[in-house]
Amino acid sequence: MTYEIVLAGFGGQGVLFAGKVIAYAGLVDGKEVSWLPSYGPEMRGGTANCSVCVSDEPIGSPLILEPAILMALNTPSFEKFIDTVPAGGKVFVDSSMVDVTTDRTDIDVFYVPATELASQNGMNGMANIILLGKMMKETGMFDLPQIEAGLKKTIPPRKANLLDANINAIKLGMSN
Amino acid sequence: MERSLMKGNEALAEAAMRAGCKCFFGYPITPQTEISAYLAKKMAANGGLFLQAESEVAAINMVLGAASTGVRVMTSSSSPGISLKSEGISYIAGSDLPCVIINVQRGGPGLGGIQPSQADYWQATKGLGHGDFHVLVYAPASVQEMVDVVVKAFDKADEYRMPAMILADGILGQMMEPVTFPEIEAKNGDKPWAADGHKNKREHNIINSLYLQPDVLEKSVVDRYEKYKKIEETEADAESYLCEDAEIVVCAFGATARVAKSTVNQAREKGIKAGLFRPKTVWPFPAKQLQEASKNAKTLLSVEMSMGQMIDDIKLAINCSKPVEFFGRTGGVIPKPTEILDEIVRLGGAK
Amino acid sequence: MAVVFDRPHAFCDIPLHYCPGCTHGIIHRLVAEVIDEMGIEGDTIGVCPVGCSVMAYDYFNCYMIEAPHGRAPAVATGVKRAKPDSFVFTYQGDGDLAAIGTAETVHAATRGENIVVIFVNNTTYGMTGGQMAPTTLPGQITQTTPYGRDPKVQGYPVRVCEMLSTLTGTALAQRVAVDSVPHIREAKKAIRKAFENQKEKKGFSIVEVLSTCPTNWGLTPVEALDRLRNDMIPYYPLGVYKDIDAVKEGE
Repeated sequence: MTYEIVLAGFGGQGVLFAGKVIAYAGLVDGKEVSWLPSYGPEMRGGTANCSVCVSDEPIGSPLILEPAILMALNTPSFEKFIDTVPAGGKVFVDSSMVDVTTDRTDIDVFYVPATELASQNGMNGMANIILLGKMMKETGMFDLPQIEAGLKKTIPPRKANLLDANINAIKLGMSN
Repeated sequence: MERSLMKGNEALAEAAMRAGCKCFFGYPITPQTEISAYLAKKMAANGGLFLQAESEVAAINMVLGAASTGVRVMTSSSSPGISLKSEGISYIAGSDLPCVIINVQRGGPGLGGIQPSQADYWQATKGLGHGDFHVLVYAPASVQEMVDVVVKAFDKADEYRMPAMILADGILGQMMEPVTFPEIEAKNGDKPWAADGHKNKREHNIINSLYLQPDVLEKSVVDRYEKYKKIEETEADAESYLCEDAEIVVCAFGATARVAKSTVNQAREKGIKAGLFRPKTVWPFPAKQLQEASKNAKTLLSVEMSMGQMIDDIKLAINCSKPVEFFGRTGGVIPKPTEILDEIVRLGGAK
Repeated sequence: MAVVFDRPHAFCDIPLHYCPGCTHGIIHRLVAEVIDEMGIEGDTIGVCPVGCSVMAYDYFNCYMIEAPHGRAPAVATGVKRAKPDSFVFTYQGDGDLAAIGTAETVHAATRGENIVVIFVNNTTYGMTGGQMAPTTLPGQITQTTPYGRDPKVQGYPVRVCEMLSTLTGTALAQRVAVDSVPHIREAKKAIRKAFENQKEKKGFSIVEVLSTCPTNWGLTPVEALDRLRNDMIPYYPLGVYKDIDAVKEGE
């Protein structure tokens, strides 16, 4: 089984972080994984994205051009990547931030008001993690203990106090 | 051994430290920055030195100075910065000093771009400075290989008293992959030639690349080429994948080889007899390995992130005995598996 | 019979390649005498870049490194950082230090690299046959300023000690000359002080030595010494431009 994922949004929305959580969950699970960020000027204020691949096989190109799974946290990212998703793909959209939809019927698009949910539940800044929870539920990529293990590896020790809040955000995403 | 997830640049930096690198001199440039940043954080605590120089030119000359004293030393840069270092690299090669140089390639020429490229192949393998000389050039294709080759590069640079380069690219530097660190022995070796102070015990050592007498200079160069001949026989390294019965052998190195491997797998699913030949050293070029890998091939296809540079070495390696075709993207564009597959089909691989 | 004058041990007993009347030999000797007197030959590493002194690696008995043009302060930085307990000196000409190697010079000084820089200023590129140097005086005729250096076209000469004295990392910036016995004695003292500074880890010490180039100036050795006195010293006044010890005392 191979999962090819693109996560995209503004710099600061945590797309690189969410990608790392998936990669670490894969690492803990003994899978082959790769994580490739966009780099350069766009990191400083523009759009950021990363390609993540989780597989049972050695990974070829770490650059995902046709993501079967897409997370879009803002409108420019949604518009940039929505047509690269192949038929049968799954798209996770923060509908609090993305004000457009797609006409495509050959893919499953999940519109989750993640930013709103985050602020209602005292989880400001965790829209990415809420949407990650939704992604895990709908794709079956990792279950809760696996994604928890990924979070533990991704969150640096000096921010360990944020672990529980992140786990709660995953759970919130999974229940939506 | 524990698997951890690291960026290629950081894994390489960590491995260099474990291999006994005592000094690092650098200058900021994208996309190699993480190497400097990692070593700036860790070198001092490991009993080493990190110093940001005023330019790439100064950095490579600091490498020359530290290498002269016999310690293991490294610098890293990206394409435009390597051009600036080329003067110093020529002096280092002419002075028979070991060091490790990292090139995390980006698009060129000129300031070019910052996305991945392999357009410095000619520079690395044929023209890394003025004069007759070579440097060992390793071409890793994964984060794990970034670790493995840097350890090897230090060992071989010391063994042959010459610079070793790691020719990586923006993908390998920036991507994270699982990596394990083997038991690495921090070595330095005995260097009786080093200029570290004679303590009044031996004749004074001189580190020098100047020979005003043509016959003396010629001998020094010819002696170095004797060494290169031995290196060509023993150090050339490559991976052959599904080449045994391959009718079309795709040749690619570094990150491009990963894309090409996916393509070869797709071609096999279509019933096309394709194989991948991946040089792990590009100087010396693994000519014998390629002759063996392509013995049943009708066509060879060089795939590069450039306008076609390694293709010259491929033609030379097989003495132009078979058609060698080319497919490449340049300027920071990464070839897609599908477009490589289209090329394979176009070349008649579908028969 | 008592020996009252002998070759310093650090100075190799081989013929020098310098032209008759050139003052490089004197400056070499002063450096070698200081190395002998301090007993540091076994711990000293010299760096000589491109220029007339490029072959100085054959003239000093300590370990020597030949550096690319202008890069000696960077090479010396690498040596000193790798072997902090060694004594490291560079020996550079004016084209090397103040033109192609300006960045390396300024940044080694501002980092306070604990090295000694011997800067030989003879207002010309000697090795390549007498072209304009960054220190060539206004009006001076050279191969590439055949009508004399015109500041409107070629700009003004660089006063290196004055410039480097503004940097915090500089411990000593002193200009001396080797045209007379008193000046030579002064030059020796300055070089000694520079090496003592390194021993005491005080930082970057540069001794600029006004020197002659009879061959490229087209003068006899004696006329050349006169030119140094009459033309160079007025433009490049001798003296201490920065001494970290004096600064401390003055505070």
